[in-house]
Amino acid sequence: MAIISVRDLVVEYDGRRVLDGLNLDIEAGQITVLLGGSGSGKSTLLRQILGLEHPKSGSISIKGTDITTCSQADLKTIRRSVGVAFQSAALFNSLSLEDNVALTLREHTALAPSVIDLIVWLKLAVVGLADFGTLHPQELSGGMKKRAAVARALALDPEILVLDEPSAGLDPIVAAELDQLILFLKKTFQITALVVTHELESAFCIADRIAMLFDGRLLAVGTKDEIRANQHPRVRQFLDRVPANPVHTPALAAYLERYVQSQEAKP
Amino acid sequence: MTNLFEIAGKETLSQLDYVGSLNIQLWATLRGMRAALPLVGNRHRWRAAVHQMLEIGVDALPMIALMATCSGFILAMQGASELRRFGALHFVIDLVAVGFTRELGPLLTAIAVSGRSGSSFAAEIGTMKVTEEIDALKVMAFEPVEFVLAPKYLAALVAVPCLSIVAAFFGILAGGLFMFFSTHLGLLLYLRYVLTSIELRDVVAAMIKSLAFATIIAHVGCLEGLRVRGGPEAVGRSTTSAVVRSTFMVIVADAIFTTIFYFAGKT
Repeated sequence: MAIISVRDLVVEYDGRRVLDGLNLDIEAGQITVLLGGSGSGKSTLLRQILGLEHPKSGSISIKGTDITTCSQADLKTIRRSVGVAFQSAALFNSLSLEDNVALTLREHTALAPSVIDLIVWLKLAVVGLADFGTLHPQELSGGMKKRAAVARALALDPEILVLDEPSAGLDPIVAAELDQLILFLKKTFQITALVVTHELESAFCIADRIAMLFDGRLLAVGTKDEIRANQHPRVRQFLDRVPANPVHTPALAAYLERYVQSQEAKP
Repeated sequence: MTNLFEIAGKETLSQLDYVGSLNIQLWATLRGMRAALPLVGNRHRWRAAVHQMLEIGVDALPMIALMATCSGFILAMQGASELRRFGALHFVIDLVAVGFTRELGPLLTAIAVSGRSGSSFAAEIGTMKVTEEIDALKVMAFEPVEFVLAPKYLAALVAVPCLSIVAAFFGILAGGLFMFFSTHLGLLLYLRYVLTSIELRDVVAAMIKSLAFATIIAHVGCLEGLRVRGGPEAVGRSTTSAVVRSTFMVIVADAIFTTIFYFAGKT
C-alpha cells in the first residue's frame, strides 16, 4: 500500500516548469530511491513531499492526508511521523548532538528528562555516535554530521525517513557505511525510506524500488533489476555515464590557436 | 522616459512588498509571542528570550554607557559655548536632560542596537536559511516564527527601553560632570534641576519611541535574514542591509514620533 502518493504534480518557478504532471507511489516498508541528474527535479519533489513548497497543481497524500490542501495543524501531525535528514545535515550549530536529537522529544512529548536522555543515547548509538553526544556539529566530520542528522530524524520513531543525498561529498568508505545504516534501519525498524541521490552505486545497494527523474518527469519506476534492464535512451545514458555535451577538443584547440595568433598579430 | 517610469514603478512595488512583508511578519510574530512569555508560554522559548535579552541588553551596556557619556559631554559643551554668550549657561541642564530623555537616549540606543543586534539577527537567521536549519525546523513540526522570531522580538521589546533609560542616565550624568567642572555646580543640585525639567510625558514619549525602535530593529533584522537566497555572500549582504534599513527606518520613525509629540504637546 502506498504511504506517499503523488498525483499529477506540477511545479513552476517564475513560469519555468520544474515538475510536469508527476505521478509516484511510495510503498510502506520499502526503500525508494529517487534517482536523477542535477536539475532533474529531485530536490524540488522532495521539498514538495515535505510540504516546504506549494505546487501549482496536483496532490501529495501522506498516510491518506493531502498535504497540499490540509490545515497547518494536520500538516504538523503528519510531519511528526516523517523524519528528515537534509543534504547539509542542517544540525543546529548552537546545540550539542544530544540536544539536537532531544529537541523534538522535549518539545513534542511529555517524557521525563531521564527517559529522553535514554532515548537520545539509543538513537545516537544506532548511528554509532553514542560517545560523541556532547560535541557540537562544527566539531564533527562530514560523515558524522550525516549520521547525526539521521539520529535526529529518528528521534520521534517516524514511520517515514527521508534522506536527501546522504552520501554526497563523502568518501566511498563512509558512504558505504551510511548505506549499511539505511539498510539496518529498514530491517530493524521496518521503516519506509525515501532516499534522494544521484550516486548509482549507493542507489543500487539500498533500493527496493528506484524512480528515475529527468526534466521534471518520471522516466522509469521499478525494482533495481527492472531499472538495470530499462532501454530508455536517457536511462541508459545515466546508467552508462554517457556525457550529454561532450567537450569538442579539436574545436576548442582551433579556437585557442586563433586567439593566440590574433594576440601575436597585435603591434 | 518610459524606462524611468518602469524603474520607479519597480522600485515602488519592491518597497511596498518589503513593507507588506514586514507587516505580515509582525502580526505572525505577535500571534506567536504567547509561546515566548513566562508562565503561560513554552519554557524553552522563554529561556531563549532571556538569553537574547542578555545578548541585546547586558552585553551592549558598556558600549551604550560610553556612547551616551561622550554624547552627553559633547551636547553640554556645544550648548554651553553658545548659551554662555547670552548668560544662559543654566539652560544646558534643560538641554541635556530633555534632549537625552526625549531624543538622544532612545535614538543612540536604537542605532547601537541596530548595529549590534539587528545585524546579528540577520546573520543568524540568514545562516540558518543557507544551512537549511529553517527548513529543518519546519519539517520537525516547529513554527520558525515562534521558535526563532518571537524570543528575539520579546527580548528587543524589553532590552531596548531598558538600554534607552541607561543611555539617558549616562548622558545626563555626563552633562552633570561638565557643569561641575565648568561652573562648580554640585551633582545633587544638578540632579534636582534635571528632575524639575523632565516631565512624565517626556519619559512616556521616550518609552513609546523605544518600543517602536525595538520593533523596527528586530523585524528588519529577522526579515533580512529570512529573505536570504543563495550562499554565504547573501548572508553578508543581508547583514549590511539589515543595519542600513533599520537605521534609516528608525530615524524616519523618530521624525514621525517627534512631530506627533510636538503637536500633541502644543495643544
